[in-house]
Amino acid sequence: MARTLFDKIWDAHVVDRMEDGTCVLYIDRHLVHEVTSPQAFEGLRAAGRKVRRVENTIAVVDHNVPTSPERLTETNEPESALQIATLEHNVAEFGVTYFPMSDERQGIVHVVGPEQGISLPGMTIVCGDSHTSTHGAMGALAFGIGTSEVEHVLATQTLLQKPAKNMLVRVDGTLHPGCTGKDIVLAIIGKIGTAGGTGHVIEFAGDAIKSLDMAGRLTVCNMAIEAGARAGLIAPDDTTFAYIKGRPFAPQGADFEAAVAYWRTLPSDEGAQYDKVVVLKAEEIVPQVTWGTNPEAVIPITGTVPNPADEADETKRAQMERQLAYMALEAGQPIAGTPIDVVFIGSCTNSRIEDLRQAAHVAKGRKVAEGVRALVVPGSGLVKKQAEAEGIADVLIEAGFEWREAGCSMCLGMNPDKLTPGQRCASTSNRNFEGRQGPGGRTHLLSPGMAAAAAVTGALTDVRELI
Amino acid sequence: MDKFTALTATAAPLNIKNIDTDKIIPARFLKTIKRSGLGKSLFADMRYDEQGAENPAFVLNQPKYRSAQILVAGDNFGCGSSREHAPWALLDFGIRCVIAPSFADIFFNNCFKNGILPIALPEDVVAKLMDDASLGTNARLTIDLERQVVVRPSGEEIAFGVDAFRKHCLLNGLDDIGLTLEHAPAIDAYEAKQPAWMPKI
Repeated sequence: MARTLFDKIWDAHVVDRMEDGTCVLYIDRHLVHEVTSPQAFEGLRAAGRKVRRVENTIAVVDHNVPTSPERLTETNEPESALQIATLEHNVAEFGVTYFPMSDERQGIVHVVGPEQGISLPGMTIVCGDSHTSTHGAMGALAFGIGTSEVEHVLATQTLLQKPAKNMLVRVDGTLHPGCTGKDIVLAIIGKIGTAGGTGHVIEFAGDAIKSLDMAGRLTVCNMAIEAGARAGLIAPDDTTFAYIKGRPFAPQGADFEAAVAYWRTLPSDEGAQYDKVVVLKAEEIVPQVTWGTNPEAVIPITGTVPNPADEADETKRAQMERQLAYMALEAGQPIAGTPIDVVFIGSCTNSRIEDLRQAAHVAKGRKVAEGVRALVVPGSGLVKKQAEAEGIADVLIEAGFEWREAGCSMCLGMNPDKLTPGQRCASTSNRNFEGRQGPGGRTHLLSPGMAAAAAVTGALTDVRELI
Repeated sequence: MDKFTALTATAAPLNIKNIDTDKIIPARFLKTIKRSGLGKSLFADMRYDEQGAENPAFVLNQPKYRSAQILVAGDNFGCGSSREHAPWALLDFGIRCVIAPSFADIFFNNCFKNGILPIALPEDVVAKLMDDASLGTNARLTIDLERQVVVRPSGEEIAFGVDAFRKHCLLNGLDDIGLTLEHAPAIDAYEAKQPAWMPKI
């Protein structure tokens, strides 16, 4: 029977199947960070258990590390410092490979995995973080888990799961210049909604997806969770294999060739069935920006803020009104031209070298508008180093951006990089929930180029006017 | 994990769609190395004002809902991050059951690991339970997991679905890891068949 990419990866990882269909699913890669692991290691310790496979496990600090240039010597917030110290104690006790803040390989876990060749096609990859869906861009089944499941994987290298349903999102055609993977995925979420993928694994396909580079693909899969999907997937192809080749933890030499031969068998078979299919045309996608407090509240930068009066459903209307009040926007106002206070370029969605190149392309020869604070936070120490070598860092610093150390930073209010109440931020991150970037902060999600355009004009701006 | 068998309690109505995990517990409260003590931060940004004083309009601050053990909520409850701090905060407050038209997958899963029963019911049925909940302490709901019914104050019974394996674990307060380790020989056999190219970290 014709199988999807998801079916093939699933089938290859079923260790055992129970009567009711629950499977013991083998996990190839377990990524661990400081926020969702302390209670899991504590559980292992209390039960006298070990980490079953340290060779499948990697730990890194990202969520609550400071990103200031002085971070190795300055004092962190005490609770964050305790979480980091706890992780360091745990990895030492249980023998897990770990990239500390002082290691140039340290960064956001979802940037580090692909960058190091740890995340590979056909694998099952989990992490106590919902944006684990990112790694699906490698052609891997990757999903976020809670802390109880982190402990379960540490102890057993498996999870108890039932298979998800298959959903295909196909994006046909060619993207306009100035549009990116971020615009594609925001447009998809706008179309299917934040629960559009619930219970499903979304396979992203079509010419517009295939022609994305790996950074663009990682961005798309990163936000599959914002459509409610269990995971996002993109079939591995020559772009994927070229990206992986030579990375430190990837198979090398003859092993690499053997792996590629297997990886080529993974794409969905001709005639494979999906439970749901959604089709978009790339030509219809223009740069996207969110206006509300969930990622489905998204419009083209050329659009106007929707009017609750046009919504027939009373509950939905009330929620739109609440969103407009929180965001301090008026129904019907053009979204372009909305003044912003802060620009954040970073996060597991958009902090790779390709993202920073897009931002630098827009910022080159321009200045950050007066009164705007603009941060660039590379996704890893290695991205930072490469950006410095390419001259991108200089372009951004010259334009007036802050150039910071790797971490999750202002994507979530867990480290010193936060919005203050009422501040409006153009952000390349993934969630515009109330208070996500700091209590009372207002978030507009957009692409790195759009963020840079907002930085240099001081307002939400169509990046196509600046390139 | 505490067993979940049957529960008769006050239900609090929270008629908002897309309650995300940042709303259930904002990220700044995740800096803990414990599972306990998060109840005071549950729904923090809705429950307290900027000075930390209680917002009297918020449902769980109203006297009749302070001891609620059931939450009736809108669509797509628990969307967003994978933080198990969300069910930990609910549990620490005293919530053992959440009823909504739909749940985000990871949150739904995390509930079962903590002895919380999430029940998905059609929108019109949830609307009836939302009405019951709005009556406060005068209208307690009963959740009978063994029989898989919600009993309304009127005595009407509403059947709900639950995965057989998860029901078994909840009824008996079973730890998944112990159950999975019964499959250790199968896990060993699986690992012995890994392809030679598979790299190690």
